Amino acid sequence: MTDFILKRVAALLLPFIQMYGLYVILHGHVSPGGSFAGGIVVGLAFIAFTTIYGLKKGRAKISEKATALVESYGTLWYGLMGMVGVFKGAPFLANKIAGIDLGELGALSSGGLIGLIGLGVGIRVSSTMITLFFTMIEEES
Amino acid sequence: MSFTAVDYGTMVMLFILVAASLAMYFIKDLLHAVIVYGAYSLIMALVWLQMNTPDIAITEAAAGIAMTVLMMVVISRTSRKEG
Amino acid sequence: MRLRTLPMLLILLLVAYVVVVAVTELPPYGIAGNPVHNQVSQRYIESAWEETGVLNMITAVVLDYRAYDTMFETIVLFTAVLAVIITLKTTEREGDGK
Repeated sequence: MTDFILKRVAALLLPFIQMYGLYVILHGHVSPGGSFAGGIVVGLAFIAFTTIYGLKKGRAKISEKATALVESYGTLWYGLMGMVGVFKGAPFLANKIAGIDLGELGALSSGGLIGLIGLGVGIRVSSTMITLFFTMIEEES
Repeated sequence: MSFTAVDYGTMVMLFILVAASLAMYFIKDLLHAVIVYGAYSLIMALVWLQMNTPDIAITEAAAGIAMTVLMMVVISRTSRKEG
Repeated sequence: MRLRTLPMLLILLLVAYVVVVAVTELPPYGIAGNPVHNQVSQRYIESAWEETGVLNMITAVVLDYRAYDTMFETIVLFTAVLAVIITLKTTEREGDGK
């Protein structure tokens, strides 16, 4: 697609869309939103970039190896955060029982492990969207 | 004064949801059905917002757009007509 | 095909009517005597902020009280992506010997 206006508008808007998605992921425990919605927004920014600028430039932004790595290790990240509780002598996925400092209520760093788990889940969901899109669009016809 | 579960604006939106679902079943052109699904997703997000659940509203809006995009990719790869 | 469309439309309209009637019979929002306000939601509302340290109660339930559910939800996503890749990926990797 070689539309000049579409490319300029996308170049102006897409960084802000991605920043909004990261905001929704990171503030999932303070304001409405959450890791699933924010991850989908981040993934949709990449999908819009690929749709407007073409497949080759989109693949240059995020490679197949990166999505495969995030896709595999994002699931392991959740289990790793769960093992923190086990190492501290508490049940799996324990947060307050494991003696983790919960921080000040309403701050970005509050909630102990919840923010970290949410970040991992958000990145995983965005990589899921990107992988599905690229797998479908790259099919040899 | 008796409260009902939903007010009239929400009632109208629920009727639009029913009509959009029926239209998605009867439309033969799959691209038009996907567009109707986008409208369905938008109305559904408004209904969730009306019911005081902004979390679900954000998720519904984002996931509806994502599903629309993926279905359009699938339609561009396969046939546009049903059957 | 035309013969089947009309009864199907009638059945769907009947189902839609039943759904709308059920929605109008729901108990009103925000009243204390509703059946959804049992001890489970009361426990979450009263002590979620001091048990998890999180303001958003939905995140507290999804990522702390019901963390196992969310973990297996991510595994379901992983499995779905694996299925799509196995079904649709047609580009061959180099060095496969094929």
